[in-house]
Amino acid sequence: MGKYIVKRVALGILSIFIVATLTFFLMNLVPGGPFVAEKSISQAAQEALAAKYGLDKPLFQRYLTYMGDLLKGDMGVSLRQRGRTVSDIIFSKLPVSMRLAGVAVAVALIVGIPLGCLSAYNRGKFADNFIIVLATCGIAIPSFITSVFLLYVFGSKLHIFPTVGLNTLSSYIMPVTALAIYPAAYITRLMRSSLLDVMGQDYIRTARAKGLGNFVILFKHALRNAILPVITYVGPMLAGLMTGSFVVEKIFTIPGLGREFVSSITNRDYTMIMGTTILLAAFIITANVIVDILYKIIDPRIKLK
Amino acid sequence: MHMKTKKIIALVLTLALSLSMLFGLAACKNGGNEPTDAANPGQKKLADTITVQVGPNPETIDPALNSAIDGANLLITLYETLLIIDQDNTVQPGQAESWEVSPDGLTWTFKMRDGLKWSDGTDLNAKDFEYSFKRVCDVKLAAPYAETVCSMIEGYNDAIGNPDEEGKPTTTPDLDKLNVKASEDGKTLTIKLAYPCSYFDKLVAFATLSPVQKATVEKNGDAWATKPETYVCNGPYMIEEWVPGERIVCKKNPYYKGGWDSTKIVTEHIKFLLIEDSSAALAAYQNGTALMIKDVPTDEIDTLKEGGEFYAEPILGTYYLSFNLNDKTFADKNVRKALSLALDRKYIAETVMHGTYSAAYDYVGPGVIDAEGYFEENTKKLNGDYFISEDYEANLAEAKKALAEAGYPNGEGFPAITYSTNEAGYHKPLAEYIQNAYKELGITVKINIVEWSSFTPMRRAGEFQMARNGWVMDYNDASNMLELFVSTNGNNDGKYNNKDFDAAIEKSKTADKKVHFEALHEAEKILMDDYGIVPVAYYNDFWLQSKKLQGSYHSVYGYWYFQYAYAYAD
Repeated sequence: MGKYIVKRVALGILSIFIVATLTFFLMNLVPGGPFVAEKSISQAAQEALAAKYGLDKPLFQRYLTYMGDLLKGDMGVSLRQRGRTVSDIIFSKLPVSMRLAGVAVAVALIVGIPLGCLSAYNRGKFADNFIIVLATCGIAIPSFITSVFLLYVFGSKLHIFPTVGLNTLSSYIMPVTALAIYPAAYITRLMRSSLLDVMGQDYIRTARAKGLGNFVILFKHALRNAILPVITYVGPMLAGLMTGSFVVEKIFTIPGLGREFVSSITNRDYTMIMGTTILLAAFIITANVIVDILYKIIDPRIKLK
Repeated sequence: MHMKTKKIIALVLTLALSLSMLFGLAACKNGGNEPTDAANPGQKKLADTITVQVGPNPETIDPALNSAIDGANLLITLYETLLIIDQDNTVQPGQAESWEVSPDGLTWTFKMRDGLKWSDGTDLNAKDFEYSFKRVCDVKLAAPYAETVCSMIEGYNDAIGNPDEEGKPTTTPDLDKLNVKASEDGKTLTIKLAYPCSYFDKLVAFATLSPVQKATVEKNGDAWATKPETYVCNGPYMIEEWVPGERIVCKKNPYYKGGWDSTKIVTEHIKFLLIEDSSAALAAYQNGTALMIKDVPTDEIDTLKEGGEFYAEPILGTYYLSFNLNDKTFADKNVRKALSLALDRKYIAETVMHGTYSAAYDYVGPGVIDAEGYFEENTKKLNGDYFISEDYEANLAEAKKALAEAGYPNGEGFPAITYSTNEAGYHKPLAEYIQNAYKELGITVKINIVEWSSFTPMRRAGEFQMARNGWVMDYNDASNMLELFVSTNGNNDGKYNNKDFDAAIEKSKTADKKVHFEALHEAEKILMDDYGIVPVAYYNDFWLQSKKLQGSYHSVYGYWYFQYAYAYAD
């Protein structure tokens, strides 16, 4: 397995390199620039800014400089939030997003797995149908709708939860709900179909033939295999959530990283675009490697090559 | 579908409906009755903190680097310039206790107050202002407003290295050439101008020219303005905490001395919530977290107007449309006239923009001062009426006539034109209105929605036919709005070019206020008679403010002043 991990990490670094390269050239192809404002900055000031940030150099040379700095761990300074370095911004905001994502994923798993099992266990009965309707709604309703709905009902009208920031325990409730609904619903459906699939397999029939009860079969024999697709899903989902959600952070004024992804692009803040993209790529790649290893642990038949 | 499944679905839907109704009822019950201030007038205690929302996270609060109104709203509370502008829009002494202008209007001498301090308790004097003025002009800093506030100072061109047309310096920039000199004892600051500028007092009051502490800036570089520990300022308040993207908490500056009345600065803390989303801002207001919010959801305005806590006040700015005058489609003045007169400005302001703008019948709008009285009122007197009549029906008839005179009766043979805009605010609804309005003339309009970052460069490069445009004034002088259309101006997106107009603007550069304003009136008339642009609406600021919040005020520049703000504790 050690060899496998080394190989995956090496592949991961290569992927990040490719992502970084593509992003670098693509973002520079998009029209507009970081120093755009309604009121024009004098030509001299624009030249000075370009010189200050090295944007006056040929593109390929800028690419080499950036990659060289990146190897040394230097992601540069933000072109728009002057005085802040990219790593300052990322590492001050990432923990906030990670905290929120951690809670949301935990909630999604705690809600999704039992509901999925319950649904499969009661296949065709009322509970199953009810859960499926709920899960379908959860998947169909986008988080901005849920966020605005929660904000309106519990923030504006009922005054139950704080609407700004993540400063108290109760301020987690609305953003976590908004973030967790979709993954919870997805996990429910995934869990249900995977469990039903497993329940139809020979070894379950054998267990049944041995006279084991439904409950034992479900939780002891079936769940272990059925949970694999959920793990596959949770890895990238966690990576996505940890790097922040633009909508939820904006609506609940949470100082997380999600907003930087979008605003860096609309602002053409080149160094921030690179920083956030590389971070996301690294997270997703790491999450996938971890998922593969977990696979191996849960199902020893799987061979990691 | 099974009967059973149908039943279940029906059940679930019923449940969902009843739940949402319950929520709805609860919402109505709570929304109608805001608790009233029950404080006993005899024992009123001031609230320690006032919480407001004036915009999202500012990109920078370095006074020299800021170019956004959100940033400026913080800067006016955190800093004090040499002169300040009071609630009545008149210039008052700030860090300078008095000032004098030489008869030729070229030498400005500011006498500093005694005992001025930075927020860290160290002394502040005229030398700090000399440093700060020169810093703004430093090409390496690339301050966006350097040209606006300093280009009339003698030696400015040498200070920025005499750039050629492409912006490349032709000499080594030498900041010492900028003629801003502090006396040896730091008591006076003398500024020599290259040409008279009758509104220089207002420029000196502009937040860009706030003093910054040399030692701190040199030690920390650009990062000095990102942390409360290094953010040394000199205004009524200083920064205690900044969580980027969430809040900036300011506390009273114990060392403050200056033009504002210290006895009226009574609130210990002002918390600025950095809310970006307008629904979130409204929620924070409705649940009592914020006493005032600037970002009000536009869809809700009609309802909120009835609550008595909705305010709208004009700011100094005009929303207008640019013609690309290099495009031969608009070469004929009659075409431009038709396109300008075919718009129902009252309908635009009141219906399309929900009354958050006012109809514009001139280019220089209300609130802009003149040698005597207000510019727009005097325009009306000079012309007998506004440049564009308020009578839409008559305008439309005239527009049709003008189009026929240009050789396109009922729009026949007129090519389809493209109107470009970005999507924010009312830009898109206005584009759709324009599309409809020009149908009346028989003209087809294609709407081109462009992403913000691409929009301004595209407009500046002249890659458009007609485009949305606008200008909010930096200082209260009509020259700030009119100079945009000088043939060489960087913001002249439509490439308007009229020698008489340029000459009138040149004539306005004098210390004689009467001549100055006469020339500006002349320039506006030339521009409007040419139909060089299409004024559409004047900007308003609109906001929600609780009756609990008192002492703050809004200015025509689009700023909210909180230094005297207070509220009583619940």
